[in-house]
Amino acid sequence: MDWGLLPVLAVMLPVLAMVLALPLGARGAERMTLAVLPIGLALAVGIAVVVQRTGAPIWHQLGHWAPPLGIAFRADGLSAAMLVTTAMVVAATAIFARAEFGTPPGAAERRQAFAFWPLLLAIWAGINLLLVANDLFTLYVGLELLTFAAMPLVCLDGSRATLEAALRYLMFALLGSVLYLLGVALIYGATGTLDIVLLSQRVTGQPAVVLAIAVMTAGLLAKTALLPLHLWLPPAHAGAPAAGSAILSALVIKGSFILVLRLWFGVMAGQPMPGAAQILAGLGAAAILLGSVAALGQARLKLLVAYSTVAQIGYLFLMFPLLAAVPEASEVAARAWTGGVVQAVSHAFAKAAMFLAAGIMAARFGHDRIADIGGAGRAMPVTLLTFGLAGLSLMGVPPSGGFAAKWLLLSAAIGAGQWWWALVILGGGLLTGGYVYRVLAAGLRAGEKSTMAPAPLAWSRDGVALGLALISVVLGFLPLAAFGLLQVGRLDLAP
Amino acid sequence: MSATLFGLMGAALVGIGLFGMLVRTQVLLRILSFNLLGGGIFIVFGAVARRGAGAGFGGDPVPQAIILTGIVVAFAATTLAVALVLRLAANQDRS
Repeated sequence: MDWGLLPVLAVMLPVLAMVLALPLGARGAERMTLAVLPIGLALAVGIAVVVQRTGAPIWHQLGHWAPPLGIAFRADGLSAAMLVTTAMVVAATAIFARAEFGTPPGAAERRQAFAFWPLLLAIWAGINLLLVANDLFTLYVGLELLTFAAMPLVCLDGSRATLEAALRYLMFALLGSVLYLLGVALIYGATGTLDIVLLSQRVTGQPAVVLAIAVMTAGLLAKTALLPLHLWLPPAHAGAPAAGSAILSALVIKGSFILVLRLWFGVMAGQPMPGAAQILAGLGAAAILLGSVAALGQARLKLLVAYSTVAQIGYLFLMFPLLAAVPEASEVAARAWTGGVVQAVSHAFAKAAMFLAAGIMAARFGHDRIADIGGAGRAMPVTLLTFGLAGLSLMGVPPSGGFAAKWLLLSAAIGAGQWWWALVILGGGLLTGGYVYRVLAAGLRAGEKSTMAPAPLAWSRDGVALGLALISVVLGFLPLAAFGLLQVGRLDLAP
Repeated sequence: MSATLFGLMGAALVGIGLFGMLVRTQVLLRILSFNLLGGGIFIVFGAVARRGAGAGFGGDPVPQAIILTGIVVAFAATTLAVALVLRLAANQDRS
């Protein structure tokens, strides 16, 4: 049986739902979103099962035109894992967002609600396209779709501060995507194709391609918010509504990160760049340390979580020098690759849970000053538990998913003889523990009852956030064999 | 020869646009710089298309198609940015 249509459907479904939702109004868009969630999740799980079973990527040529003339979709293990993650986080935030952006029967439709649901579907479509496209220009289109859908989410409440944050985000993102496009032009000029699989065979270290990869990486780092280019992230992610922050922090920045992976270990497969990879990981290490220290000093909860994202992004880039230093087929390379991807997945769940928990607390208190959240432990123990569990995963305390990721990266760093990254991983874990403890300690203090809104919020919100946090922890219990999925279709392994 | 000339012109535009985007602080100037940068890239793409001419075509059609798509995306990005600037200005007037 031909499974090639599955990735195509995974992209088409949210796009179609978004287009159909627009004329339906806020209530219709909400229903449409909730209706396609299970189908999208089933498609993602289906792709993962097929990739795992066959041990080969799913491959589909659009219109039966073979590259380089046509455009192909290719879902490998990395795509499959991220597709499932995306579908689950989108589903969770959609259920969570019903309390904020839902239109109850009888109530008037609001503009924000009408904007939120199609934007959520558009982000889902953009990420899915980024995950399965195999053509550098199609990936560019996905990148732009993602930016255009994510930017309005930042300024959904329309206040001046969020508009400024959105504008700053847009400027960084536009610079990033235009640099990426320049790289696409250079690569096409040097090789005559944009298909990643073909490129992995044709690229032999031409100077134009190396230049293109450098320019594209710089652009994508601006979108991923790696340290010197992170300035847009904290105000944008902290200003968005809770459900929006969760999507932005958990998924949107991962889209451009996956693209960096595709460039370095797809297009440049077999052409390791150890020197440049050390610089990339150096920036990652700086992000881990400085981002965590900045998070320690924040007075507001949502900003603290946003700076924690800046720090956790750093971990993703530690895999680059480890993969560049050892032979592709070695055990160490497999560990580094798996560790990096598991970090992306577990951070997605943990950070979504953390932002949702922060959102619940902010809604209940009416503010998010960390110093004044005393009494949270008594009034909303589940929310604080969610925050703590997500924090455990971010710290890398066993047996969480974060621990699995950091352990794999740590042992790969030792195996590759680059012990200095191991020190960064351990130090980052301690600093993460510091800022998670700050919030928990403040929350567990006795507070005045009167500062709290009396009516408890919808129970489903707490449940959803707790579910995400539990998933981020349970990832650590997966047997290592399950991570074999991530090795499927690695282009640097191809003969 | 003309392809090289156009390629160099495109490179110069990319340089000017990049400088503007990084150095300017006024938002409108940055949006214009973004358009210059984009325009430069499209000209580079055009030069690439010209160099790949063959089979009776005046140029390789793939980069030409990419330029068209790219122009649409750049136009959408510009409108979005300008709309945001207008909204910000309106917000400033009120407060």
